[in-house]
Amino acid sequence: MSALLEVTGLTAGYHGVPVLHEVDLTVRAGTICAVLGANGAGKTTLLRTLSGLVRPAAGRIVLDGAELRDLPVHELVRRGVAHVPEGRGVIAELTVDENLRLGGLWRGGGRALRQAVDQMYELFGPLAQRRGYPGHLLSGGERQLLALGRALVGRPRLLLLDEPSLGLAPRLVAQIMALLRQLRDDTGLAVLLVEQNVRSALSVADQAVVMSLGRVVTAAPAAQVADDAALRHAYLGF
Amino acid sequence: MDRFVFLTVDGLSRGAVYAAFALALVLIWRGTRIINFAQGVMAVVTAYLAYSISNATGSYWVGFIVALASGLVLGAVVELAVMRRVEHAPPLNAVIVALGLVLFGQGVLGMIYGNQYRPAEAPFSRVAMTVAGVPVVSRYDLFVFGAVLVLMLAVAALFTRTATGLRMRAAAFEPMVSRLLGVNVARTLTLGWALAGLVGALAGLLVLPTGLGLHPTAMDLVFVSAFTAAVVGGLDSPAGAVVGGLVVGLVLSYVGGYVDSAATPLAVLGLLVAVLLVRPGGLFSGTTARRV
Amino acid sequence: MRNLGIAAVSAALLLALTYLLDPFRDYQLATAAAYLCAAAGLTVLIGVNGQLSLGHGALMAFGAYPVALVQNELADRGVSAQWTLAVSVLAGVAAATALGAVVGVAAARLHGPYLAGLTLVVAVAVPSLATLFGGVLHGDQGLSVYLLPPPAALGPDFPFERWQAWLALAAAVLTMLLLANLMRSRFGRTLRAVRDDEVAARLAGIPVARTRVLAFVVSAACAGLSGAMFAILAQSVSPSAFALTLSLNLLLAVVVGGLGSLAGAVWGSLLLVLLPWLVDTFTADLTLSPDLRQRLAGNLPLAIFGLLLVVVMIAAPGGVQGLLKGVLKHVPQVLAPAVRGRRRSAGGLDDRLQR
Repeated sequence: MSALLEVTGLTAGYHGVPVLHEVDLTVRAGTICAVLGANGAGKTTLLRTLSGLVRPAAGRIVLDGAELRDLPVHELVRRGVAHVPEGRGVIAELTVDENLRLGGLWRGGGRALRQAVDQMYELFGPLAQRRGYPGHLLSGGERQLLALGRALVGRPRLLLLDEPSLGLAPRLVAQIMALLRQLRDDTGLAVLLVEQNVRSALSVADQAVVMSLGRVVTAAPAAQVADDAALRHAYLGF
Repeated sequence: MDRFVFLTVDGLSRGAVYAAFALALVLIWRGTRIINFAQGVMAVVTAYLAYSISNATGSYWVGFIVALASGLVLGAVVELAVMRRVEHAPPLNAVIVALGLVLFGQGVLGMIYGNQYRPAEAPFSRVAMTVAGVPVVSRYDLFVFGAVLVLMLAVAALFTRTATGLRMRAAAFEPMVSRLLGVNVARTLTLGWALAGLVGALAGLLVLPTGLGLHPTAMDLVFVSAFTAAVVGGLDSPAGAVVGGLVVGLVLSYVGGYVDSAATPLAVLGLLVAVLLVRPGGLFSGTTARRV
Repeated sequence: MRNLGIAAVSAALLLALTYLLDPFRDYQLATAAAYLCAAAGLTVLIGVNGQLSLGHGALMAFGAYPVALVQNELADRGVSAQWTLAVSVLAGVAAATALGAVVGVAAARLHGPYLAGLTLVVAVAVPSLATLFGGVLHGDQGLSVYLLPPPAALGPDFPFERWQAWLALAAAVLTMLLLANLMRSRFGRTLRAVRDDEVAARLAGIPVARTRVLAFVVSAACAGLSGAMFAILAQSVSPSAFALTLSLNLLLAVVVGGLGSLAGAVWGSLLLVLLPWLVDTFTADLTLSPDLRQRLAGNLPLAIFGLLLVVVMIAAPGGVQGLLKGVLKHVPQVLAPAVRGRRRSAGGLDDRLQR
């Protein structure tokens, strides 16, 4: 199967100081790719660049054959890229239902949107009981589910997930990972998963990319990375 | 007692206008953290336009509609041409640019229309109708209440019932997240300014016939009253703006009626100082502290 | 001491200049000098301390009215001498300073648009005092100011405008001297520290609120002096002379000149006087109907001022002084020492208004 996302020579940073250096990356449809690395490796910047929040200084970002590099953020969403930022980004002043609807609004409102939202309530049972609650009343786990569900309402082709396990109970993390696996298999969703929790990321991922100081040091099948003791010691700390 | 009734109705009528004008300020503040100091002069521009159109066509209502439409356009143009360039600059830059627009607008109006006061005509009688011998409310007051009520309901419906309103609220609270969800945040800001332009234009059209008349600086006092109303209500809250507007309207009416009409600007000042010092978050702020 | 030398030299040059100019030019010079007093004080408040005030026109009114009241009262009592002018001006400065202290205390906790809004309300509210206390202040009509002719020692043909220019220039030079010293002093550093980072300043033991109030008071005193000079120049005071537009014009002067730079305030004050005159001269050459000419007279400069404010703020937030600084950067090293002092005081707006 050909690549859904193909990144070549991507260099990007803040205020002219590069954080990413010539990053190459390939993600195929229907696969999960874990992005691993220590703090400051550039993982979050990579996601922010892919979703257009950070403008790259050089390189190409090609999604399904189309160059995305200079498109505005809201246009990338229309091309099928969904980014769930670190810290979740639930809009605290809006209700659960409004947050979810917002995720699919760009496709248009009406019945289709309603159905997509209701689907998420089925997928995420806890949210169904909280429809009318404003975001700030939700627990951390509920917020993560909401952020994920909101991204899925737009039926993306590529999901960029930043630290979904942060601050969550292990049981919930396992549920989320299982869900990602299910979405990958059922809908052909491609996921780029940034995680500090290396074990759970590798448990779900097909491919893994290890980053260090803004460069990709290894790109390999996840199982291979999990088995490479030297690599793990050097870059992943276990 | 007659006087009290009269002042109360008059205060509520004025307050309704201040509420609308304060709402315009709140609409922009929520999206951009900018106080649009040019809101007053923008309203005056549309009012002059209404004056010219009404004179040319002989119909108040044609001028009225054109003014509202031009308020919408003017708001969008000001945002796109000017304010967009200072949205990410330090807050003082936006204040100064808006004040530049005030001078510019007043200068241009003065060049076209001159600096004498022109009468602003009311479409309905401003003589109070009597109930059981007591003069209570004029047809014009009823028109003001109705217009502001329709406006408020329309704005509320826009925000709570439509996709556009949902986008605008989302973009105001979390611009970055909203962009990631496909919201064109820049467009919602333009829309917010356009909407504020329309709301401000309506407020101007309603308030000018109540003794102010048409003049390039006619809205200065209305602006500071509405600003005070917005601060009283808490700058973030459209509902607060409405209550704040009514409070300011009543206070000004009582002060003007029982003390001295020349004292009303000072009453605005006193009210603003009191609110800023005692409850800087506005009367309706929640527990969150606000840096003022 | 360096500042004192500069002040003495400029005073001497300006004195000589007043003899070269005709009375009309002298009056223009006097007006610019009167503006400068307020603009210099305002640039210290906005540019150096980071507090925006739209109420300086009101402070100027507080400086102007006492001049009229004291001059006329003393004259009514038969006290008629040049020294009364000093008393009147001091009374004006004192009144403006007092109002500045009150506003400053109220404003000390406020930032950004809140501060701008409060001072805007002050600017709109204060002129209504003239109507409220119409018995003394004569409402919209205002008061005339009783002034003696220039001292006889200056000769019989000494133009009154030159005398006015002397007074206003003396006030301006004094203001500039005091403010320049203040900006270089420990207090000047304190002002900047509070502007740049309030929390850090507080941690460094600077009493932030008191500093902000003091900055307002100093600035108000300058505005008072400026108002007093305007009373002397116009020989009358009325609310319309101190309307909101005046406050906005002062803002224009400090922004266009370059925020936080005293030299910028000079450029700005000159602009306030010269631009309307240039516009008048220009329109005088055109064949216009009297009605149109009248409409253009006050309003075209206003529109240009507004446009300038917008354009400068967007395109060159450093103002004239910032642009000069950019040009001077390319001047050979020989000139560098003379430039350095200025360069420090004329940064871009972003540096000084980060809040």
